[in-house]
Amino acid sequence: MNTELNRESLLKAYRMMRTIREFEERVHTDFATGEIPGFVHLYAGEEASATGVCMHLSGNDYIASTHRGHGHCIAKGVDPAGMMAEIWGKETGTCKGKGGSMHIADLSKGMLGANGIVGGGGPLICGTALAAKLRGDKTVGVCFFGDGASNQGTILEAMNLATVWNLPAIFVAENNGYAETTSPNYSVACENIADRAAAFGMPGVIVDGFDFFAVYEAAGEAVKRAREGGGPTLIEVKVSRYYGHFEGDQQKYRAEGEVQKLRNEKDCLMQFRRHVTADGDISAAELDAIDAEVLAMIDDSVVRAKADPKPGPEELLTDVYVSY
Amino acid sequence: MARKITYQQAINEALDQEMSRDPSVIVMGEDNAGGEGSPGEMDAWGGVLGVTKGLYHKHPGRVLDTPISESAFIGAAIGAACNGLRPVAELMFVDFMGVCFDQIFNQAAKFRYMFGGKAETPVVIRTMYGAGFRAAAQHSQCLYSLFTHVPGLKVVVPSNPYDAKGLLIESIRDNDPVIFFENKVLYTMEGEVPEEIYTVPFGEAAILREGDDVTIVALGRMVNMAQEAAEALQKDGIHCEIIDPRTTSPLDEETILESVEKTGRLVVVDEANPRCSMASDIAGLVVRKAFGALKAPIEQVTAPHVPPPFSDVLEDLYVPNAAKIERAVTRVAEYR
Amino acid sequence: MSGIHTLTMPKWGLSMSEGRVNAWLKGLGDPITRGEEIVEVESEKIAGALEAPASGVLRRRLAAEEDLLPVGALLGIIADADVADTEIDAVVAEFLANYVPPSEEEEGGGSVPGKIEVGGLRIRYLKLGAGGEPLILVHGFGGDLNNWLFNHATLAVKREVYALDLPGHGESTKDVADGSLDNLTDVVIGCMDALGIPAAHLIGHSMGGAVCLNVAKRSPQRVHSLVLIASAGLGAEINGDYITGFVAATNRRALKPLLSELFSDPGQVTRQLIDDMLKYKRLDGVAESLDRLAGKLFANGSQQMILAEVPEVFGKPVLVIWGKEDRIIPARHAPKAGGKVRVEILEGQGHMVQMEAANDVNRLMESFLG
Ligand SMILES: Cc1ncc(C[n+]2csc(CCOP(=O)(O)OP(=O)(O)O)c2C)c(N)n1
Ligand SMILES: [Mg+2]
Repeated sequence: MNTELNRESLLKAYRMMRTIREFEERVHTDFATGEIPGFVHLYAGEEASATGVCMHLSGNDYIASTHRGHGHCIAKGVDPAGMMAEIWGKETGTCKGKGGSMHIADLSKGMLGANGIVGGGGPLICGTALAAKLRGDKTVGVCFFGDGASNQGTILEAMNLATVWNLPAIFVAENNGYAETTSPNYSVACENIADRAAAFGMPGVIVDGFDFFAVYEAAGEAVKRAREGGGPTLIEVKVSRYYGHFEGDQQKYRAEGEVQKLRNEKDCLMQFRRHVTADGDISAAELDAIDAEVLAMIDDSVVRAKADPKPGPEELLTDVYVSY
Repeated sequence: MARKITYQQAINEALDQEMSRDPSVIVMGEDNAGGEGSPGEMDAWGGVLGVTKGLYHKHPGRVLDTPISESAFIGAAIGAACNGLRPVAELMFVDFMGVCFDQIFNQAAKFRYMFGGKAETPVVIRTMYGAGFRAAAQHSQCLYSLFTHVPGLKVVVPSNPYDAKGLLIESIRDNDPVIFFENKVLYTMEGEVPEEIYTVPFGEAAILREGDDVTIVALGRMVNMAQEAAEALQKDGIHCEIIDPRTTSPLDEETILESVEKTGRLVVVDEANPRCSMASDIAGLVVRKAFGALKAPIEQVTAPHVPPPFSDVLEDLYVPNAAKIERAVTRVAEYR
Repeated sequence: MSGIHTLTMPKWGLSMSEGRVNAWLKGLGDPITRGEEIVEVESEKIAGALEAPASGVLRRRLAAEEDLLPVGALLGIIADADVADTEIDAVVAEFLANYVPPSEEEEGGGSVPGKIEVGGLRIRYLKLGAGGEPLILVHGFGGDLNNWLFNHATLAVKREVYALDLPGHGESTKDVADGSLDNLTDVVIGCMDALGIPAAHLIGHSMGGAVCLNVAKRSPQRVHSLVLIASAGLGAEINGDYITGFVAATNRRALKPLLSELFSDPGQVTRQLIDDMLKYKRLDGVAESLDRLAGKLFANGSQQMILAEVPEVFGKPVLVIWGKEDRIIPARHAPKAGGKVRVEILEGQGHMVQMEAANDVNRLMESFLG
């Protein structure tokens, strides 16, 4: 099933997932020291989702992300060092320290921003897709959103609009089992989020979010359909998060040992490694080398982020308008 | 010595006591209990910062967790208020008003007037506001002036634990839609709060300090900063009168005007952006109704006309503070 | 270092942690007589003057006007003219070296009000002092145990002194049953039972005076003596407008002129006093309680329970204190002095005489109680 993924792509996908993981583990550790300001929502555990989707995208495609956006940013090519500096509130950050973890964006990379407003990305992606369609440039827009966001009017309206206008849009519902503390068992009225696709006249698929290849395949079809003018798709990625809703969350709503079991049995990196090394084409040593490189890169990004200056006071008043 | 509790505990206690007193009071919001449908504990959060913690088990069936569907549940609270309940719905951060504002300002706010005085909509919408958490542009705004602008809404901005409890009870008992603004930085503020049930009426400003030289009108978290500034200014011989309107709609114009009639000098301190704000509203009021008493131009101490920044250094510059208030008061006091 | 006396920031009432120096009434080097007012101090709740603890000369003014200082902080030094400056400086230095401002936790200092159950009601009381014959303080209509702010500690030097919140008042349950004097009386006797007080000296102010009179009438064996301050129950007249206005007032503007009636010096009606009164009036159940009491005890602007015969019939010591300018209950209600009844009318004072002329009233009570 991964026939179209050559060796290079596989290594790229692995590096992407590992970078996300390492980045998040590092933010987790550093946040506990109290040095990182604000709220951070970590994506650890969900790496296969962003990676499986974004492996199909180029710099001209757009994605819209969520408050849990670090993974989407990295997968879409945003510089991790700039992201780290942003999270630390530094002038060298992706957004000059003005946005922080919840608002990392890099429009030059087709990354329309993490988002502090749950469901904020759906309508925006309809817009980027509309522009693509009107220009006829065959690019697509992907909206990542959570199970919680799937109940937000903006998302439901956006999916309807996407079909009405036959937009090259892909809606990726990352169902990680919780919206803060609340399970979709409670908050989502139907069995699966993907079931709602029928109501909006688009295909709906469910994939295992710990399985990179499953996500990759489903996303491939959806992106292809969109590029070819076939309209939107809803993909529900069933996954979980390894950490709390945000750092500091005591997670009393979770089952005992839940995360450990997932880490031991389903972890996307573990599965990926097992899969690609079993084929014999890629060696464990190659992957270990990537791990080491990624680790060094993240270490370096933290060292730099810590040392970098905070924004100067003049920055407070700039960037509100293009012109005023 | 009276009992001291935090602003957050005062809000929790007000909800608890009113729920005990009146079975028509219900509470709803995202994760107001927490844990619905999940494998672990119920009441896992009691709201994102724990403000409603404990109510779920104490008042079975009357604390409803909601999907992330603000339009639907805020609207449902409003509808339930039309049908005999007194819902207290939580809009987690006021920045999220964008996804549900129609139900508030076109529906709840308009019923009474549009329906010729026949409707009563006793709903309370509790919401967090304000900078200080390094939570950036979409979780730090100070938006009470947007709600104050809308006829039909009452808007409450308590600055301390005592007022928080009394004003929330008043809000619950009031028969109009009330937007209750909780400053997230004030949650940990301690103050004397009676264990008993009490109310603080709307439209009555508190005078927190008397003085003859300069009137400071401050709201919410800014009240404490104004007090800090006034204490320092007193050492320089400048005596400030501090007025906390407590509710921006209705607004106690009389107390503000009376004070300016006495001092002739006014500084308004508002955490919000300055344009079309409470600061400009109060300044306008005083110019219209106490022009003759003014001895100096009015000063506004507000956030600048920019969104709340993330980085701590920028956020600290963004929010008004005691030093900025002191400088403004000194300018106003020295103006001849 | 005899002959050198420190003046420190007083603690008036439980919640006072700091006070502001409003004005020095004496200049440096002025001769001072013991008991003279030296410096005006203001807490959040109340303004008052500090009296000289000893005679001498005001040798140091260490606090400046407008200073906000913690309780116990050094304000000044009184010493005889011939005490050397070096000696005074040594005392000041020593004081400053040893002075620790009270911390938040200490503020309550063990004298925290308690609550007891009496006939299904929760009654708040504050006990200060220990030993001696117990004394009970009973406040008036709309008051609470803080009305004794300036008296309680002084009286408690020699004996245990309990101040109560009557039902419907302070932090006691806001339920006055039928609003009758007998009901209030039952509660006071019930408190004595609950606190294990077989008999006590009773001091009542205004409506509280009527309650004390009624206790003395119904259970004379439980009362050693009576102090009646601006007492109700001794005549028919009462300022009906005050009562109706007070019951009806819901805001600062309405309350301020009314509260001014209580004091001879309108400056006593501080913003904080008004705010505290509003806070009380806004507790659930207070409006109904006051309305019911007023309807029962002071209907149509006249007192309904007159116990004017009690002071004499009681046969034990009675001290009656009144402010001559009392605008709530006229001083002419004071019974005739004679036998065991002593009467003291204070010139220029109003209804809240125990607060406004606390030093005089305390002296009268102390000498009466012995
Ligand atoms: C409009 C809006 N409502 C509520 C919130 C508060 N909030 C932030 S994240 C979140 C839960 C989102 O759950 P989900 O969509 O499942 O995403 P996950 O956190 O699981 O990635 C909530 C309620 C918000 N940021 N915006
Ligand atoms: Mg989720």
